[in-house]
Amino acid sequence: MTMAEPVGGRFGEFGGRFVPETLVPACEELEAAFRSAWADESFRGELNQLLGDYAGRPSPLTECHRLSEELGLRLLLKREDLNHTGSHKINNVLGQALLAVRMGKTRLVAETGAGQHGVATATAAALLGLECVVYMGEVDMERQALNVFRMQLLGAEVRSAMSGSRTLKDAINEAMRDWVATVESSHYCLGSVMGPHPYPWMVRELHRVIGDEAREQCRELMGRDPDVVTACVGGGSNAIGIFSGFVDGDAALVGVEPAGGAAIGRGVPGVVHGSKSFLMQDEHGQVLEAESISAGLDYPGIGPEHSHLAAIGRARYETVTDDEVVAAFELLSRTEGIIPALEPAHALAWVSRDRQELAGQSVLLNLSGRGDKDVDQMMDRLVADGSASGDDGQSE
Amino acid sequence: MSAEPGPLEAALRGRRSQGGKALVPYLTGGLGDWQAGLAAAADAGADAIEVGIPFSDPVMDGPVIQQANDRALAGGITPLAVLDALGRLDIGVPLAVMTYYNIAFRFGLERFASMLAEQGVAAAILPDLPLEEAGPWTEAADAAGVETVLLAAPTASDERLGRICARTRGFVYGVGLLGVTGERDELASSAVVMAGRLKQVTDVPVLVGVGVGTPEQAQEVCRVADGAVVGSAVVRRMLGDGGPAAVGDLIGQFRRALD
Repeated sequence: MTMAEPVGGRFGEFGGRFVPETLVPACEELEAAFRSAWADESFRGELNQLLGDYAGRPSPLTECHRLSEELGLRLLLKREDLNHTGSHKINNVLGQALLAVRMGKTRLVAETGAGQHGVATATAAALLGLECVVYMGEVDMERQALNVFRMQLLGAEVRSAMSGSRTLKDAINEAMRDWVATVESSHYCLGSVMGPHPYPWMVRELHRVIGDEAREQCRELMGRDPDVVTACVGGGSNAIGIFSGFVDGDAALVGVEPAGGAAIGRGVPGVVHGSKSFLMQDEHGQVLEAESISAGLDYPGIGPEHSHLAAIGRARYETVTDDEVVAAFELLSRTEGIIPALEPAHALAWVSRDRQELAGQSVLLNLSGRGDKDVDQMMDRLVADGSASGDDGQSE
Repeated sequence: MSAEPGPLEAALRGRRSQGGKALVPYLTGGLGDWQAGLAAAADAGADAIEVGIPFSDPVMDGPVIQQANDRALAGGITPLAVLDALGRLDIGVPLAVMTYYNIAFRFGLERFASMLAEQGVAAAILPDLPLEEAGPWTEAADAAGVETVLLAAPTASDERLGRICARTRGFVYGVGLLGVTGERDELASSAVVMAGRLKQVTDVPVLVGVGVGTPEQAQEVCRVADGAVVGSAVVRRMLGDGGPAAVGDLIGQFRRALD
């Protein structure tokens, strides 16, 4: 199979465009604009130039020698953490910001969880001279205070979402409400492969560069595709990006969800934020609040194409606990000198936990972001526990 | 168009044929003494009433109705409890439930539609279910004899408005402005424009809501529209100390302004 354009806005039975009527014409306009831009050599050229000169693509592929030996497998990292702004999010945002300019929009609206998408959006807005408003859950603003300040430095206005669970899901609600009111001048720069059509398709296409590069790099290094391709999944954009390079081959595709936000692991099909997909909800249809150590994965839903890949058996989805994630965060730091973001530490937590099943295999892991933003939070957790490695001097 | 209008459309057409303007308040199910609020609104002259079934993620709603949703959910209200209560209610005006699609989807579309019919609910309004996605639901609703009210927004082309009006039942819900539910200081100029554009393409009753919060604003939009939907202004009274009595008082003011 290949990842084609969704038919009628749907991936199998998932996807669609479940939005307030006010937004339907905007979604139609966006779909037409993206289709035309994506087929336009000059648009692609402009985007590729920015991805290279500004964002630093291609991102390298790093073979982890010490950690591979420790785990008994061959671990390769796709280094999206080395992109400008520190995560894969910049790929999507540069594309959408260029598209916004092409559509004559002057303002970007975005939601953010960990703050990575918000920072990326604020960055692209600064670069292209667009106004920028980022919605962020009140709880997330506390645990990712550094990213809030970063967005403000970049000239964006950060507004707190104070309803519901005050995390990513509520930030999306607020961003959609803003877009309903400002649709004529604003583009909603959605940060994952979710939301109404065309977002899941468009955002996948903009992240496809991760998978395309990685496949070429793997073939150069090993002469073949890896046995396993894995990535963390909240909404699922970095996972879709890397999966898209390998979906037509033989590699096993494994998405890793936090145990407290496992849409596929614990959800049933539902409709929220514009599309039909697996969703954590109660028996009455009320959306449940996700709970995870990582603000970026603290989301009760998942992009519709992941639901489709799970339903047809092309990808599988595992869950890991917060404790396993923290252990993986420390493990990569100590063995490879790479401090990962807590989000991709989920994928590593699965690799580490299930290493016997993976023994001797080559595993490509999308290291979707770097851990600078999480260091404060980890310091509180690990130093308070007295469990951080090398914490001599903590005791008297 | 169906041959026989349902009870909601019949009531609104009836008001119009007498030269009157229709008044449809919205109340959140499960919020305070909401059943007394419904009765007070009916007594004060509402032509029909929208009852919200609270949802965790109401993207089309502003702060007042969000707060009402949160409070009702925290009080333990469920979709089934709202529908059960509506079935036992006899207030003499047609009822429409307003909720988000996931509530109906989780219930099962056919089960939800037949449950509405069994409980005597005339219609359903699902603000995140636009025309293109509405097929499976309207099929179930039509089969159960439940009217599906579609929303029409200022962003739609005239061609799209025509298609929405052809598929809506009960009335067409004109969205008065670009934005979510909530009171505004002044009626947006888009509200009257919306009403006029809809009147050009349909004979179905045209009601305008979102941003209609005072009797004067309702009067203004009803120079063109067949009626008005009033939500946040009503719900704010249910959230405050006034409760059902204040709702009755407010609806009475709207009624007098429109008559």
